[in-house]
Amino acid sequence: MLAVVLAHFVAAMMAPALVRLLGRRAFLALALVPLVTTVWAFSLYGDVRDGGTVTTVVRWVPGLDLELAFAVGTLQWVMLLIVAGIGVLVMSYCAWYFKDGDKGLVIFTTSFTAFVGAMLGLVMSDDLLVLFVFWELTTIFSFLLIGFEPTKRASRLAAMEALIVTTLGGLVMFVGMLLLGQEAGTHRISEILADPPSGTPVTIAILLMLVGALSKSAIFPFHFWLPGAMAAPTPVSAYLHAASMVKAGIYLVALLAPAFATVPGWHLSLLTLGTVTMLLAGWRALRQIDIKLLLAYGTVSQLGFLTVIFAIGSQTAALAGLAVLLGHALFKATLFLVVGIVDKQTGTRDLHELSGVGRAMPAVAAAAVLAGFSMAGIPPLLGFVGKETVFSGLIELAHGETAGVPGWAGWLVVAGLVAGSALTVGYTTRFLWGAFASKPGVPATKVKPLNPAFAVSPIVLAALSLGLGFAGAALTTAFSPYADTLVAGEHEEYLALWHGFGLPLLFSVVAVVGGLALFWVREPLCRFQKRTALSVNAEGVYRFLMRGVDRMAVEVTGTFQRGSVAAYLAIILGVVLLLPGYAVVRGLLGDETRINVIAYDRLAQPVIGAVIVVAALSTVRSRRRMRAVILAGVTGYGCALLFLVHGAPDIALTQVLVETVSLVVFVLVLRRLPEHFTNRPLSRQRFWRMGLAALFAVAVAGFLLTTGSAREAEPISATFPEASKEFAYGNNIVNTTLVDMRAWDTMGEIAVLVAAATGVASLIFLDTRMSGIRRVYDIPYPEGVEKQPTQPGRRVWLPGPRTMSPDRRSIIFEVVTRLIFHVILVFAIYLLIAGHNEPGGGFAAGMVTGLALMVRYLAGGRYELDEAAPIDAGILIGTGLFIAAASGLGPMIFGGTVLQSYDTYLQIPLLGEIHLVSSVFFDIGVYLVVVGLILDLLRTFGSRLDRQIVRAEKKADGSPDDATTEQAVV
Amino acid sequence: MDVNLTLVIVCAALVGCGVYLLLERSLTRVLVGLVLLSNGVNIMFLVASGRAGTSPLVGSSDPEDMADPLPQALVLTAIVITLGTIAFLLAMAHRSWQINGNDDVQDDTEDAAIRKLAYDDATSDSYGLTTDGQHEDDPEEDGAV
Repeated sequence: MLAVVLAHFVAAMMAPALVRLLGRRAFLALALVPLVTTVWAFSLYGDVRDGGTVTTVVRWVPGLDLELAFAVGTLQWVMLLIVAGIGVLVMSYCAWYFKDGDKGLVIFTTSFTAFVGAMLGLVMSDDLLVLFVFWELTTIFSFLLIGFEPTKRASRLAAMEALIVTTLGGLVMFVGMLLLGQEAGTHRISEILADPPSGTPVTIAILLMLVGALSKSAIFPFHFWLPGAMAAPTPVSAYLHAASMVKAGIYLVALLAPAFATVPGWHLSLLTLGTVTMLLAGWRALRQIDIKLLLAYGTVSQLGFLTVIFAIGSQTAALAGLAVLLGHALFKATLFLVVGIVDKQTGTRDLHELSGVGRAMPAVAAAAVLAGFSMAGIPPLLGFVGKETVFSGLIELAHGETAGVPGWAGWLVVAGLVAGSALTVGYTTRFLWGAFASKPGVPATKVKPLNPAFAVSPIVLAALSLGLGFAGAALTTAFSPYADTLVAGEHEEYLALWHGFGLPLLFSVVAVVGGLALFWVREPLCRFQKRTALSVNAEGVYRFLMRGVDRMAVEVTGTFQRGSVAAYLAIILGVVLLLPGYAVVRGLLGDETRINVIAYDRLAQPVIGAVIVVAALSTVRSRRRMRAVILAGVTGYGCALLFLVHGAPDIALTQVLVETVSLVVFVLVLRRLPEHFTNRPLSRQRFWRMGLAALFAVAVAGFLLTTGSAREAEPISATFPEASKEFAYGNNIVNTTLVDMRAWDTMGEIAVLVAAATGVASLIFLDTRMSGIRRVYDIPYPEGVEKQPTQPGRRVWLPGPRTMSPDRRSIIFEVVTRLIFHVILVFAIYLLIAGHNEPGGGFAAGMVTGLALMVRYLAGGRYELDEAAPIDAGILIGTGLFIAAASGLGPMIFGGTVLQSYDTYLQIPLLGEIHLVSSVFFDIGVYLVVVGLILDLLRTFGSRLDRQIVRAEKKADGSPDDATTEQAVV
Repeated sequence: MDVNLTLVIVCAALVGCGVYLLLERSLTRVLVGLVLLSNGVNIMFLVASGRAGTSPLVGSSDPEDMADPLPQALVLTAIVITLGTIAFLLAMAHRSWQINGNDDVQDDTEDAAIRKLAYDDATSDSYGLTTDGQHEDDPEEDGAV
């Protein structure tokens, strides 16, 4: 059965190609799929005739107990035949309805075919969640099909309205389904129906599901979307909004009725709303001028009728319900298809303009008359057969044979439905007269010649309405397995044309006579309706509600989405204060909470701490950028000291290095920014901020005190010293943690560094990082500097400074640089290799190397930097990332796990034995990434900004840009 | 576990100052605030790691006396990531200065437009497009022109 659904989806995917190939004839090819489905559905008859079900279960998401479960019993079988069979006829009708060049034909065929699949899935699914998925799929395809002409405003509005109403109902239904599934312990529909749970939650679940059913089937108060949906092309109206999709709600009611018809509120809501819908829509149909809209209101009316029938939940009603369901699908599809033909051949649907169409198209008119008779309940058509049994069921209801419905209420329903039937006869007559009759005083409408093939589908459907009217016995046999699942009445009921004289026949006669009378007084009636029309209608309420929702969204967005980063941060911080802050306060007030504090571990801590606090407060107060940065640096160095005192040399070292690098980077950028911060008036906001910050600080302190004091368990790192030696082959536990035990963290971290470096480069270079590395010998001497003669073949060791103007050079700095550059590099390599056992490691080594490069840059300018590292930073970063990744994946080649470490001992002459651990390669990768990052920072914040400054100076001097030496700045 | 009060105070001071600066408009101050905040958070790790001890180097002392190595590894990672963040924010501050002439964080103009809608008690554009608004079809839109 899954294959049936999938076949339609596959066909839908092939539809665009078919349309390109065959044009509108593609519909005929696509109709083959539902045709095969129809034949298959007929073949199931033998299985379902005796009350059996055909099931398929495909596992979908085992973890969620989600299975693609399908089951076909009698009810599903009837729906299958309606959906697939009418699908075939409507699709073949489309082949003549559309023209080859019609816009949107591709998306129409695709959506339509996919809709058939979704609808089949809906009626076959035996799992609530799967049912919901298909339910919403039909909503989406319906949306696409109503919005067939997206450039038309009316089309868009109607599509949106239908979508919102049915989706809202669908979501409510979904809540009900989840609740029901929870109560029943399974989502399998057949199991729930076999052993229905009960209780208040179940009642709520069922009522919620009914909201979905009512919205889908356009029952009051959701009825207004359906007439709006008539903006869709007529085949869509015929199929989705008459024969199949709107029946989904009815189907759900019919599905639930055997098990849940007795839950409180079921009869009250469904019988009332159904009757109201039938009367209201029938009444409004009598006034319509557009024959398509007339049918649309008629459909709403009939859907109300069907809801009442299935809601009764008795055997007779169920039997009648299936007959009316089938009958309605046949006659309503016929009538809509006829409207499509009339519309296409005459160019109008206004019943005041149409005249003499019946004479021009007798066969079409005959089909319409048959279908109309079936709708009105005239013998010998299927509609009459169904209606007779409906009335029998209603009489049972009025006699109080249905539990939970008192007799007087039953009589009210009877009266309502008889009146509704009279309205049905009235608007049916109005429709037939309006579409086909020759009206006095109206010139005969011009009718284009009709292609007979166009009329095949409605004629076939009308013939079925007629033929099945005589097949009462066969239908009784076919439908009874479903009816037998419900409570039987006093009499064994059956479907037939002739039940003898009795109340049902009387009701039919009353309805027909009443309907004809309504038609007779149509002119005064229309005037009366116009006078009494209410100013409030459901659509107005819908608009009012939608406007309210939109206004609320605007207000909420306007209040909270201030567009100011500070405001967002304040909200976030406020939440931190509220939730964890509240927990801290509660914890502190609790009886069992004990706060254990010591003043300090080492005497140095309070001293360093005081310096840090003073520096932090001064940072906040400073009005100069540079000062703020330097004071912040002081807190950083202070932290490094605290780390050292605490017994953490590795982070102390890294902190010092990072602090130095960031200071230099800050200075490099701040030389471009104004000295002072933008002056801002002292405002009330500032006190707010102070208060928030102070509260936050207190909350953090409280949090630390409570959580720290509450800790009892042994830290997980207790095993680290042993693991470090055993598995990572190193003595420095922090380093082995980074490159082995928690190497994934480090991997993520260097990825962040790569991203940051890339971000910086793109913000400063804007176009490409490859700005070209230029060596010193390419650069001309500055003006006023003469080349010092040197011996041929000898190279100046620090060549960069000569490119700078003399007043920017510092001889002492250059000399110091010459002395210490290599020393620093050697130290870096030592840190890299020794890091596994002593303080150090890839990060520290990378930072130290970066500092060495920084010294060269500061001493000799940007060309000196290129001399020191004639390589693109991106290459370094990429290589580093690659080496780290490769060394992580490497162990897998030897059958190990990712990032596993191996060790070996190497004998090297002079140096002695070296203990080599494979994770050193990972560290080398980290090292290269860090060096690359710092090189990138120097190139961007250093070299690039240098060039921008030179350019700005030249511009200030009025000399033209030297395009050969300076790149253009965007 | 005993909590080191000195470190708690240092941490709270750094976090408080950091948060105050973070709420400022100037991107440079935000950046400095971030530096203070991250220093404060690093100290927080120190508080959580318990008593001070000897360096966590196997063989150098008794493992019982060592400072907890795991928070140290986490802090090391945090320090380096802070450097990356600072660099990126600096680049943003510079770019903002280059374009706007200052490094102030600007308010979003789209959000200001929504605030104006709320002030005017008006509906959003999407409401007019999908639910209501002008009832007549735009002739040009329908291709009638």
